[in-house]
Amino acid sequence: MSRYEQYVAFMTIVRKEIRRYLRIWSQTLLPSAITMSLYYVIFGNLIGSRIGTMGGYSYMEFVVPGLIMMAIVTNSYANVVASFFGAKFNNSVEELLVSPIPAYVILLGYVAGGVSRGVLVAIIVTLVSLFFTRLPIHSPLLVVLVVTLTSVLFSLLGFINAVFANTFDDINIVPTFVLTPLTYLGGVFYSLDLLPDFWAAVSQVNPLVYVVSAFRFGMLGVSDVNIAFALSMILFCVVVAYSYCMHLLHTGKRLRT
Amino acid sequence: MTEALKIEGLQKTYENGFEALKGIDLAVEPGDFFALLGPNGAGKSTTIGIVSSLVAKSAGKVWVHGVDIDRDFPGAKRFLGIVPQEFNFNVFEKVEDILTNQAGYYGIPLREAMARTDEVLDRLGLTEKRHVRSRMLSGGMKRRLMIARALIHQPRLLILDEPTAGVDIEMRRSMYDFLREINAAGTTIILTTHYLEEAEALCRNIAIINDGKIVTNRSIKDLLRDLHTEVFILDCAVDVPPGLEISGFDVKILDGRTVQIVIEKGQDLAEVFAALHSRGIAVVSMRNEANRLEQMFVNLLEQSA
Repeated sequence: MSRYEQYVAFMTIVRKEIRRYLRIWSQTLLPSAITMSLYYVIFGNLIGSRIGTMGGYSYMEFVVPGLIMMAIVTNSYANVVASFFGAKFNNSVEELLVSPIPAYVILLGYVAGGVSRGVLVAIIVTLVSLFFTRLPIHSPLLVVLVVTLTSVLFSLLGFINAVFANTFDDINIVPTFVLTPLTYLGGVFYSLDLLPDFWAAVSQVNPLVYVVSAFRFGMLGVSDVNIAFALSMILFCVVVAYSYCMHLLHTGKRLRT
Repeated sequence: MTEALKIEGLQKTYENGFEALKGIDLAVEPGDFFALLGPNGAGKSTTIGIVSSLVAKSAGKVWVHGVDIDRDFPGAKRFLGIVPQEFNFNVFEKVEDILTNQAGYYGIPLREAMARTDEVLDRLGLTEKRHVRSRMLSGGMKRRLMIARALIHQPRLLILDEPTAGVDIEMRRSMYDFLREINAAGTTIILTTHYLEEAEALCRNIAIINDGKIVTNRSIKDLLRDLHTEVFILDCAVDVPPGLEISGFDVKILDGRTVQIVIEKGQDLAEVFAALHSRGIAVVSMRNEANRLEQMFVNLLEQSA
């Protein structure tokens, strides 16, 4: 396929993905807005007012970047895992596999779909948060970079989950038992400074720590970890996940017989 | 001339050790209407799966219009349109979206994809259903949608795996006409089917596959020429006398007015009519006991077993 044909194929997948999650917006966009509103009310206003400041900001200001990032992570992941597994389940993935589209275009198309939903939900959640607090932006460029890399990373991870999933239960196991605990323990609700040394050290192996800290630094200018190191870690994870996804597509594991 | 499809020594052994293909060779000329027949589990769908990239081959070579799939599979896929046996579209998508998406996967820009969608929907009688979600279509319409989708990028080789399974007679006939039309326009068609009369009515050449091996690969005319006996059923106007015999023919009375006659190669059916006429028995209708191709098919499978 020529570069232009690949672009057309890429845009076709992206359009299809966006149409899919907009069609079922009450299942894809609305839940995050509602859940985050509840977090803002409970953790930000009710409990947060008793906590005082954290990292020099009110608890509400401190927690909002983490909650936005949590929405990006879960939505990017959920979009790709649900969509690609759905295509596998009803065999419509064969439409893609029998076509001449290069594997990387298929992957990038799904990832772009996941990123678009992650970003759209982030915008919705951010707008909702403005009803509860002011939201400074310390470094817009870093915010965009972290949002993009995080969405890409978790879209890729969602793709891997979808390839290996055999049932709809399998696409919920990782978000429930891995993603959610890592997110909650990744510094969304607290600063790592509050942890004893041992648990602070253990937290360093949680990739969500780097994602949340880098994003919080972009918004507030405070972080639990070195930003350059955090960005390097996210980028490293993206490269590893992308390479593995391409390996799966090239070998046809769980996709071809 | 380069073959539309050429297969040499194709083998497939699944992970559980089952040998689905044991080294098949096949050549389909451009413009042909070709039947690939065989009983369930013979290896037809595996062969199609390998050609379309959904199944990985264990050994052998495949060329589509001269393009080696090992060297340039994407290039080979551009020539191919596949209509699989099972419905494999997203049932939540609209008919129009399924077609424009498929066009997009082949690099066809949206505007052109829309124009082609109009055309194939019209040709397959689905225009009124273009905004309907595909799960709402009847079985026959879903089959036509699969064909429309396979044709959207104007492939030179169309492979149909049991395209008329579960389709009513009227719809089946209109699909036959449509397939003849696109074949006449130059599209090579490979058809797998369980309806042998369908293969006889549509196809010029045939390969019969059994137990992962090609049993025969020739023109249908040649194949039928080898049929040594044919069995006819005659419906007579009056009761046939018990113990009826016609010299040189194997005759069996099925009921009062129905007679079965076995005609050997070289025998003249007119002799039967003359013998019956001389006894005052008029024949009102006649039919083959079984489809001729079906008879040949069964013979070949028995020989290959």
